Amino acid sequence: MREIVVFSLLNGAVYGLLLFMLSSGLTLIFSMMGVLNFAHASVFMLGAYLSWQISRWIGFWPALVVAPLLCGLVGAAIERYGLARVHRLGHVAEILFTFGLAYVIGELVIMAWGRNPIENRVPASIDFAAFRIYGTSYPFYKVLMTMISVGMFAFLWLAFKRTRVGLVIQAALTHPRMVSALGHDVPRLFVLVFAIGSALAGLAGVIGGFALLTEPNMAAALGPIVFVVIVVGGLGSIPGAFIASMLIGVVQTFAVAVDYSLADFLRALGMGLPPGSALREMLAIKLSQAAPLIPYLLLVLMLIVRPRGLMGTRDT
Amino acid sequence: MRELFHRIAKYGLALAAVLAALPAAADTLKIGYIDPLSGGAASAGVNAQKHMIFFIDRINAAGGLNGQKLELLSYDNKVNPQESLIMLKKAIDEGARIVMQGNGSAVALALTDAVLKHNERNPGKEVLFFNYAAIDPALTNEKCNFWHFRFDADVDMKMAAFGDVIAADKDIHKVYLINQDYSFGKAVAAAAHRILAAKRPDVQIVGDELHPLQKIQDFSPYVAKIKASGADTVITGNWSNDMLLLFKAGKDAGLKVNWFTYYGGGLGSVPAIGHDGVGYLKQVTEHHKNVLPYLLPEEVAFHKRFTDKSDEMYYWRIRNMFAMLEAAAKKAKSNDPVKLAHALEGLKLDTPLGPMEMRADNHQLLQPLFVSTLSDKVKYDVEHSGLGFKTDKKISAADTAMPTTCKMTRP
Repeated sequence: MREIVVFSLLNGAVYGLLLFMLSSGLTLIFSMMGVLNFAHASVFMLGAYLSWQISRWIGFWPALVVAPLLCGLVGAAIERYGLARVHRLGHVAEILFTFGLAYVIGELVIMAWGRNPIENRVPASIDFAAFRIYGTSYPFYKVLMTMISVGMFAFLWLAFKRTRVGLVIQAALTHPRMVSALGHDVPRLFVLVFAIGSALAGLAGVIGGFALLTEPNMAAALGPIVFVVIVVGGLGSIPGAFIASMLIGVVQTFAVAVDYSLADFLRALGMGLPPGSALREMLAIKLSQAAPLIPYLLLVLMLIVRPRGLMGTRDT
Repeated sequence: MRELFHRIAKYGLALAAVLAALPAAADTLKIGYIDPLSGGAASAGVNAQKHMIFFIDRINAAGGLNGQKLELLSYDNKVNPQESLIMLKKAIDEGARIVMQGNGSAVALALTDAVLKHNERNPGKEVLFFNYAAIDPALTNEKCNFWHFRFDADVDMKMAAFGDVIAADKDIHKVYLINQDYSFGKAVAAAAHRILAAKRPDVQIVGDELHPLQKIQDFSPYVAKIKASGADTVITGNWSNDMLLLFKAGKDAGLKVNWFTYYGGGLGSVPAIGHDGVGYLKQVTEHHKNVLPYLLPEEVAFHKRFTDKSDEMYYWRIRNMFAMLEAAAKKAKSNDPVKLAHALEGLKLDTPLGPMEMRADNHQLLQPLFVSTLSDKVKYDVEHSGLGFKTDKKISAADTAMPTTCKMTRP
């Protein structure tokens, strides 16, 4: 029993941190620029493919730096030559633009690397067991992932709450004219924010590429869950995204371990259902069967009960 | 006046459509291929399409069927049953007399019903349904009909092949079942319970997990459960990402079990699984590259024509399907679908891998099956991965037959 609790906590926390890596850049761009970037998961995918390609040429550790930088450049280019022209047309135009961009990046990836998953294995230099508990080894790359994820959180928190640039960027969101009147180049600030957000997605992609599967569908597979994280956490809130990621990771993982259904629970309370009733069939679904749907249930509940999310400052 | 104009336009259009369709209809025998050609499942659909093109061109180069050339019409169904019904209608409207599909048993169940209804309502315009990969046993049992022919072994036949291997391997004691939560995954789990009870009653089934289809990114919690159960063998029908991510999570946790998989060797899987699967990953198929000491001429020609990295001749059964079609056309001396269907029933044919037979009672093709294990010491590797499969056990066509509950009415 203790074994299962320990494993569920550990696996849940690691999965939660992976979710945070993915959603941090998205929530950063949203909180600083007010843009809901649908192409975020696509940049994550691009990071996974680029790091795989680059690490074949110059090794994993350089790729860990170069691939996110390239993604940052791609992000900067997207803002500078695309989104910057769309901002004045409003949020719907921005969303449509990033939505279309997600498809473009997806097709480019298929053209470059094909439709099938690539063999993106854990690099040999970090492919060893970090420690063992209850006879199960724990891979080092998950420890690395944890460190990077926590590092991202610290960086974002400090950079935007404690530095001058962060304050200027926040001011530029609500009072762009005033900020530019004070001599700051607002469009350039936006390019910087978008580049950092994209670089974070790229960094998540480097790790996520081998922790998950590197294939052209990975953006579409992860897109929905990332939006769940930022809505539950509160749009634009970095601590909120962190808490929501951990919550979703741990709750989902614990649910998988529970082989009981609502029907079992009712029976324990002495409220057996008559055999053959439709309700009985539905209640007999084990919690472990429904585990991956729990985040979406959480999303719906959150939007009903508290539309601004856990730590959000405005209603979504 | 207006009404007259409409009427003229209507008849004019109808006439034009008839004129446009006439010469083409007389020219070729049209085959409608309905499978995913875009989206997440497209890699399987596009690869199978290449097989279709390849074998149709071969038949045409040899003069066609009874002198009539074949023509392939492709329709993208996005693995969606509703979409597939629209595509079936379109295919029939464009003159298809045989439709082919494989990805997804839910799609196949929808198509087989629709084809049956169409044929009942349109005598003289019958359409045949050739299924090359949808393996829900229902299709050749309670849902069988005269127009549907299956060229892949169904869930039960493949599980029976695994059962033979497990029966002979006395090191296997505890089996864990993990499958996707829909008709196919449930059929795999049910077959495992039934067949293990018959062939190895001493084996204990220590877990029977169903998880949502293609929704899970991290299988670590599932692997923790498998480990806690003490299983030495996992049986799974998982395909695509669900297969690869499950395997990956197992590798991370140091899970050392035998993997009996339906699709562990599926297209794109071997490069993604890599060397971690060597010696552990097993599959059951009608063919793999090292099934004979040499490549078959069809494989050589296929690889000469399609040279992309991911182009594999994965579907030997599509070769068998067209060989059966060719033989049936010869036997019937006609390309009429009804006559072809009658000719296919009970049709026997020799292949380089052994004889095969189309069962008359339920239209299930019996072909030799091979249980194989991933190995790094093979002559021919898969998708340039350096890895390939090695046969553990061959099951001859006749031994793959299972009892059927099919009761079909014949025209």
